[in-house]
Amino acid sequence: MTPRTKPPDAFSPGETPTFEVSARESLRDSQLRRNLGKATQTIRRKRAVAVEELPDWEELREAGRALKERTLRHLDTYLLQLEESVTRAGGVVHWARDADEANRIVAGIAKEKGADEVVKVKSIATDETKLNEHLESEGIHAFETDLAELIIQLAGENSSHILVPAIHKNRAEIRELFLRELDVEDLSDEPKDLTNAARLYLRKKFLNAKVGVSGANFAVAETGTISVVESEGNGRMCTTLPPVLVTLMGIEKIIPRWRDFEVFMQLLPRSSTAERMNPYTSFWTGVSGEAGDGPQEFHLVLLDNGRTDVLADEIGRQTLNCIRCSACLNVCPVYERTGGHAYNSVYPGPIGAILTPQLVGIGKPGPDSLPYASSLCGACYQVCPVKINIPEVLVHLRGRVVRHKQDGGTLRQRLDPENVAMQAMAKTFSDPKLYENAQGLARVGQWPFARGGKIGSLPGRLAGWTAVRDLKPVPKQSFREWWKEERG
Amino acid sequence: MRVALFITCFNDTLFPETGRATVEVLERLGHEVAFPEAQTCCGQMHFNTGYQREAIPLVRRFVEIFEPYDAVVAPSGSCVGMVRDLYPMAADLAEDPDLARRVDELAPKVFELSEFLAKRLGVTDVGAYYPHRVTYHPTCHSLRMLKVGEAPLELLRNVRGIDLVPLGEAEQCCGFGGTFAVKNAETSAAMLGDKIRRVLDTEAEVCAAGDNSCLMHIGGGLRRLQAGVETVHLAEILASGASEER
Amino acid sequence: MATAKETILWRVRRATRDVPEGERPGDVPVERGYRKEGDGARAGTVDRFAAHVAEYEATVHRLSGDDLPDAVGKILEKRGLRRLVVPPGLPEGWVPGGVEVLRDDANARLSNGVLDASDGVLTGCALGIAQTGTIVLDAGPGQGRRALTLLPDYHLCVVREEQVVDLVPEAFARLEATVRDEGRAVTFISGPSATSDIELNRVEGVHGPRALEVLIVG
Repeated sequence: MTPRTKPPDAFSPGETPTFEVSARESLRDSQLRRNLGKATQTIRRKRAVAVEELPDWEELREAGRALKERTLRHLDTYLLQLEESVTRAGGVVHWARDADEANRIVAGIAKEKGADEVVKVKSIATDETKLNEHLESEGIHAFETDLAELIIQLAGENSSHILVPAIHKNRAEIRELFLRELDVEDLSDEPKDLTNAARLYLRKKFLNAKVGVSGANFAVAETGTISVVESEGNGRMCTTLPPVLVTLMGIEKIIPRWRDFEVFMQLLPRSSTAERMNPYTSFWTGVSGEAGDGPQEFHLVLLDNGRTDVLADEIGRQTLNCIRCSACLNVCPVYERTGGHAYNSVYPGPIGAILTPQLVGIGKPGPDSLPYASSLCGACYQVCPVKINIPEVLVHLRGRVVRHKQDGGTLRQRLDPENVAMQAMAKTFSDPKLYENAQGLARVGQWPFARGGKIGSLPGRLAGWTAVRDLKPVPKQSFREWWKEERG
Repeated sequence: MRVALFITCFNDTLFPETGRATVEVLERLGHEVAFPEAQTCCGQMHFNTGYQREAIPLVRRFVEIFEPYDAVVAPSGSCVGMVRDLYPMAADLAEDPDLARRVDELAPKVFELSEFLAKRLGVTDVGAYYPHRVTYHPTCHSLRMLKVGEAPLELLRNVRGIDLVPLGEAEQCCGFGGTFAVKNAETSAAMLGDKIRRVLDTEAEVCAAGDNSCLMHIGGGLRRLQAGVETVHLAEILASGASEER
Repeated sequence: MATAKETILWRVRRATRDVPEGERPGDVPVERGYRKEGDGARAGTVDRFAAHVAEYEATVHRLSGDDLPDAVGKILEKRGLRRLVVPPGLPEGWVPGGVEVLRDDANARLSNGVLDASDGVLTGCALGIAQTGTIVLDAGPGQGRRALTLLPDYHLCVVREEQVVDLVPEAFARLEATVRDEGRAVTFISGPSATSDIELNRVEGVHGPRALEVLIVG
């Protein structure tokens, strides 16, 4: 198999395009639009049914939110407690300030074991750190074992959905890819056959791997227990069969106590795959030693990589509540039309629009455009199982983006037509006299554009409006003029 | 009860007929309506686009102008949502505890028209007559920020002569989203296309909503297509035909 | 030079400066208004468990304890399974005659190769959860190491009726001591493995056992 280079994203060096630019490309892809429309609508409906079944859903959401708040406000205490618990259970804890440090730790462990291959279970944290590319550069090949991850790894692409990363590919494309890359002959395009081809290919890898790499859905501070929530069984394979297991997790994945699973293991499956429970969940606590159950060596890498910056923002902090269920993607009207690639980040959709710019920092054109990739319709907040007020954070981040430009930006940024127009309008609205004059001017100013009782085209940035919609001309009398005439 | 009309700059300038209808409905129910003429804009466009420092003086003005009243009513879910949900954030940003306190006092007294009628006054029949086939788009901010729920539909169901038809995937955003429609014009257009398809599926003559901003967007698309479907604000339906009926 | 640990903890503390000095984790209120236990009607619980397991495309049988060995024998015969993996601590009476038994033992562990080449595995379980149709394994007697229920292509699992709890919180409460005191691995199984990664079509059986069969014993 030939390793390919993925297109850069917000977590790679260099600039990424803005959401507007990338979305334009996705919107034209009719195959993608169809796949996404079908997928998001199906899963939306199923989720509603699964949630409807629980009479105490709102109470669970509130408990989930509160537990995350408790954890985040006291993250230092919980991190130390987790380290102690994991160590007591025979594991080794590593701390990584950034992506590079995390990658070097994982590569170091693999090299020490003499592994030139590792098997991996889907982990967005390792996508964020670009672990696979780093391992490759050290001569270690990382095999993605989640079916969708395998597909996009073979295709050399980026994931487009947190939960269904290959949502943009159809069966014919997958068949062609497997015929070319998996060394199989005679394969139909039936999902069952395609799945079986992957099973046979990966079984050999699982049985021979010396090192497994995983992410974590949750880590319990009290007991040191790590959990991986999955459907296919590749997570069980990766965390059970190789003699050495390395788990990379963001520092925000902690939950205080074992019993807290009673909340999160109800919230997560119904929100993500719309199931009562996902097929497999593994919970392990260090190493089993004498029992010979699972790896003899367990390493836990705790990753910061910008998370403490998110934590420092009192409004943005709730972003770290996220349990990566992807319910917000499936209800988002913007995501449904543009798909995940338009976000140029391993974290797409509404959650990505608030997480990415906070993790990489404000002041980069690509990530800075993400908080604007929303009509603020609020559907995401309504479904979020841990009650992240995404619209609130989006608005807050728009403020940070603008203030960053105004305060630290170049002269060009300050003379940006939008900034100039907004300043002028703010001045106008601050005084009823100026405001009334402006209403009159608007009525006069529109005549170059009005034709037959409607406005069909506008200049400049406003042309986006009239590309598909007519604009209603300003009427002859404003409300306040009428009021003065009638009641004044 | 001293009821103040918060017309919103958008309706004041572009949709004065909605303002007149709001006054008509409230007066018909026996309320005296005041229109504080110093009002301009609540600051939503600035705030939601990120020009938040610029919005703070507008927040202060709004609070000063409207705090003497018992209730403030606006024919816009979106602008009311700004006051109720985002003014506290603006007060925090201003680092002004006095403003924060006054916002907390004022916010619960600010209502969108349908919630004021149905929830605050308990009135669901305003005696309107509107013999047309109508479908209703529940705008996102009314639905999810203000949680007006069934209020607008209850009011519409009690209108004489109306043929109210349900809108498919009604809760999906129309794609307006303020400056979103300009900044992400293509995505906004894609969302509008689906909304228009659903509206046309109902074979309604009129698409109604509680926000003229969304209606201008939907209506602009319908007119461009020469679809023959009008967009009408809820207030205008509620104000119409009362005299004929009596 | 500060270590990574010191730096991260310093960053965390700086980021949470808004948290009052004296606040303890327990001071952050957590309202647990959700249901912790079912209404206690046993018969309904087991019925619900059986129905929910069956919805995951797992085959479910209900029988009385006396019929168990017979039933196991017939099921294996019907599927044509000959090489059966058996974990330590499984009641002897459950294992039928006429099949080749591969016993895993602390002194003689079956290799992954042998497990991979077997036809199936027979186990008990720690718990069943009615609300979700979940079988819980905790590596206890009659369940064995995790690899035993992972590599064989077929898993036959015996659940005793009294092992079935109603709601998810009851299961975590029962497992607490095992995890906290013994650190045993726990696996939740809700139907056979599945993927919906290709055009959202559900395909049963990806990496674990492709078939799961459950015997509920009264």
